[in-house]
Amino acid sequence: MSAHAGHHHDLESLAERVAGWARRGEDVEVYAVRAEETDVRAYDGEVESLTAATSAGIGVRVVSDHRQGFAWAGSLEEAVLADTLGAARDNAAIAAPDEHVALAVPDGVPTAAVDLWDPELASVPTADKVALALGLEARARGAHPAVRQVSSADYGDVAVETALVSTTGVRATGRRTSGYASVSVIAGEGDGSQTGTGFSVGRGFAGLDPEAAAGEAVERAVRMLGATKGTSGRTTVVFDRRVTSTLLGALSAALSGEAVVKGRSFFADRLGEQVADGVVSLVDDPTDARAYGAAAHDGEGLACRRNVLVDAGVLRSFLYDTVAASRAGTRPNGAAVRGGYAGLPGPGCRALVLAGGAGELDEAGVLAAVGEGLFVQSITGVHSGVSPVSGDVSVGAEGLRVRDGHLAEPVREVTVASTFQRMLRSIVAIGSDLAFLPGVAAGQTLAIADMQVSGT
Amino acid sequence: MIEAPVLERVLAEALRHGGQFAEVFAEDRSTSSVVLDDGRVEDLTSGRERGAGIRVVVGETTGFAHTADLSEAGLVAAASAAAEVARRSGPDTRGAPVTLRGTGVPDAAEGPLVPKAAAVELLRRADDAARSSGSAVTQVQVGFGSSRRRVLVANSEGVLVGDEQVRTRLSVSCVAVGDTGLQTGFETAARTSGAELFDEVEPEELARLAARRALVKLSARPAPTGEVPVVLAGGSGGILFHEACGHGLEADHIVKDASVYTGRVGELVASPLVTLVDDGTVGTEWGTSTIDDEGHPARRNVLIEDGVLVDYLWDHLRARRGRRTSSGNGRRQSYQHLPMVRMTNTFLLPGTDDADEIVAQTRSGVFVAKLGGGQVNTATGDFVFGTTEAYLIEDGHLTAPLRDANLIGNGPEVLRRIDAVGTDFGMTPGTCGKDGQSVPVGCGQATLRITGVTVGGTAG
Repeated sequence: MSAHAGHHHDLESLAERVAGWARRGEDVEVYAVRAEETDVRAYDGEVESLTAATSAGIGVRVVSDHRQGFAWAGSLEEAVLADTLGAARDNAAIAAPDEHVALAVPDGVPTAAVDLWDPELASVPTADKVALALGLEARARGAHPAVRQVSSADYGDVAVETALVSTTGVRATGRRTSGYASVSVIAGEGDGSQTGTGFSVGRGFAGLDPEAAAGEAVERAVRMLGATKGTSGRTTVVFDRRVTSTLLGALSAALSGEAVVKGRSFFADRLGEQVADGVVSLVDDPTDARAYGAAAHDGEGLACRRNVLVDAGVLRSFLYDTVAASRAGTRPNGAAVRGGYAGLPGPGCRALVLAGGAGELDEAGVLAAVGEGLFVQSITGVHSGVSPVSGDVSVGAEGLRVRDGHLAEPVREVTVASTFQRMLRSIVAIGSDLAFLPGVAAGQTLAIADMQVSGT
Repeated sequence: MIEAPVLERVLAEALRHGGQFAEVFAEDRSTSSVVLDDGRVEDLTSGRERGAGIRVVVGETTGFAHTADLSEAGLVAAASAAAEVARRSGPDTRGAPVTLRGTGVPDAAEGPLVPKAAAVELLRRADDAARSSGSAVTQVQVGFGSSRRRVLVANSEGVLVGDEQVRTRLSVSCVAVGDTGLQTGFETAARTSGAELFDEVEPEELARLAARRALVKLSARPAPTGEVPVVLAGGSGGILFHEACGHGLEADHIVKDASVYTGRVGELVASPLVTLVDDGTVGTEWGTSTIDDEGHPARRNVLIEDGVLVDYLWDHLRARRGRRTSSGNGRRQSYQHLPMVRMTNTFLLPGTDDADEIVAQTRSGVFVAKLGGGQVNTATGDFVFGTTEAYLIEDGHLTAPLRDANLIGNGPEVLRRIDAVGTDFGMTPGTCGKDGQSVPVGCGQATLRITGVTVGGTAG
């Protein structure tokens, strides 16, 4: 790892050099990435696999006469750089002119100081990482007599360095480290088997808590033992904070300014309207270093910033990159995201937080406030059952019945369904147990009234 | 891509600290895509990725490293990194030298890929057809993608094989607006072939299907709730079997006792009407290839025959430990990933019932014309799959269209409840995700009926 730490200056000069090959009348943006990762998977007291890898790549956008072409390559070799620029140029030549197509231009918003780099990670010996994975597996296996299998126990870390340089004056470098421990367990026998997962994430190796991850996985599997298929009916549903984070992540697609301007969001034409209960706010703030998706620069190299999307239940703004902002007749707000060097930038959330309500409510507090309902600890089928276009929500769910304000018997093989439009106006309680979980949104315990549960 | 003597030296380096197996997987992939959105050509992209993944198996442990540097020095460095696990695990016993035999990689053929300018024209045709399907169609996005992937596999058992895989796809996504808000329709065609895709597929036809799907749902009512009979149309997705049992039959889940199908070979696990096959050799289907990503020839594997579980799906590593041969199901997303057990084209063989009769003999229930994605927990068998076009069945007739919803069931239970299988048949392409890796797969089925499965609608 140490071999590459601190090499982002090299990346920057590489990106600058390629951007310098721009021809007259042509704008070029170069995004260069280098990453190093280690992954360890433990199984049954042994290392199942150990991966050590470096990767690097480049993504090049060319805009000439309002025509855009893009090309990427999984290499930073000299000959590849020139080929990639050439391929992007060829693509631009085929594109039809579009007045809104342009590269980002610096907008003067200062970059927040967001430190995402753990300098210690580079010096952690592989043996320690292996020991963490083995220890995680052993802990999960030994935590409860009902645990019969640890189907996966993983440690992983990655150090990523990026540089973005454009002929329109953008220059941004960044680096981040992250580490995780995650574990999946199976409790019970045969048809009565139940599963649970737990994880711990951080900026590196040192902050990880494998004990908590193992405990969480085991608790989630064991409390589901004896689960039966639930019954159908309308009820209040309490979402575990992980589930809330997943659902907000799906909802965030409807807040993309591109989706809105292209008529692919149920929020289109609703700016200024009451879309949620009066206490509710939705804020995307990647400059909060606690957020998993925290970042100083967006995918076009502009400063990330705090964007208030919903305030006091009123829809206030959307997320924009340069092109979507131009189409919508507004300015980009530093919200471009890109999926590595092989992806084009587009608007999206990084650190969406739902807030609202008063007082301190932990999970137990939310359950007490709800009294009767269904607590959902995990959901499936988000990809097939949640639409940011129509707003329809229908997901598979498992969890525990809520009786007299406490968790009661386990329930499996049900669906819960509603629409985002309706859910945002049916919020019963928002927990104060906010956690910055992996993904584009944080999560807390969240209670929503009047959801349809479907079972027997 | 890489000469045999170089590969032999790299494999020797990989085994320098011992180990039972070493492998070099090299890949050179170029991709091309165009998106037409709102009538504008957007996202013209070209991509190129080239590199090698090297693994060393020592006892129960796999060491893995990958590199984008295909020079001998780059490969040796990666082999050396992968070999580190062997050094950790005990006494240093250098592996025997490797002699490769085999055909190597076919020379890059200038295959008939669709040129970008021609692709743009295809997209425009689809866009026009979708928009003229109805004034309520307000948004159309059409995507074209093609890829050429050359792979080479060399391992310490002497195997040296290569393959070239060309894939092409076209997809159409529409939004229609009406009193009930926004509704979406999607359709895709994809083949393991080049320009030949368009000998079989009319872009206009694909676009009209997607547009109709969105338009129909403008008058959709909420899907029902509770357990109801469900009829799945032939070729509606086949994702049912992919989720209900396909993943649960992958040997990596089996050997970890993490599947409801563990230890059940020879048992009746489904209705006797169910014969399920995974076959990586079917024509130009999306999951087809000549070899898998471990160099084993793709083949046809019967998984369930007349309801009885016959066999699981195997990759090299699990087969080796099970003292049997691989079923040709070791696949990986790219050279940067370890292979694992994956499906190819998974389908239910047609039965003897008339498709229309199956509907006519269903008093009430849900008819699914098109499925979306799905997800399964192999350890519990619980799975979901989504609908993207569905109708109520009332007195044996299709009536009101339904809003999209997920269905949920338990694999072995739902498979037992299949009481009719039609004579019709259709395959659809899909992308299967597992453990962070995506691979192209095909799914197929005839029209079939499940006597009861839970529909996750909002109609109370």
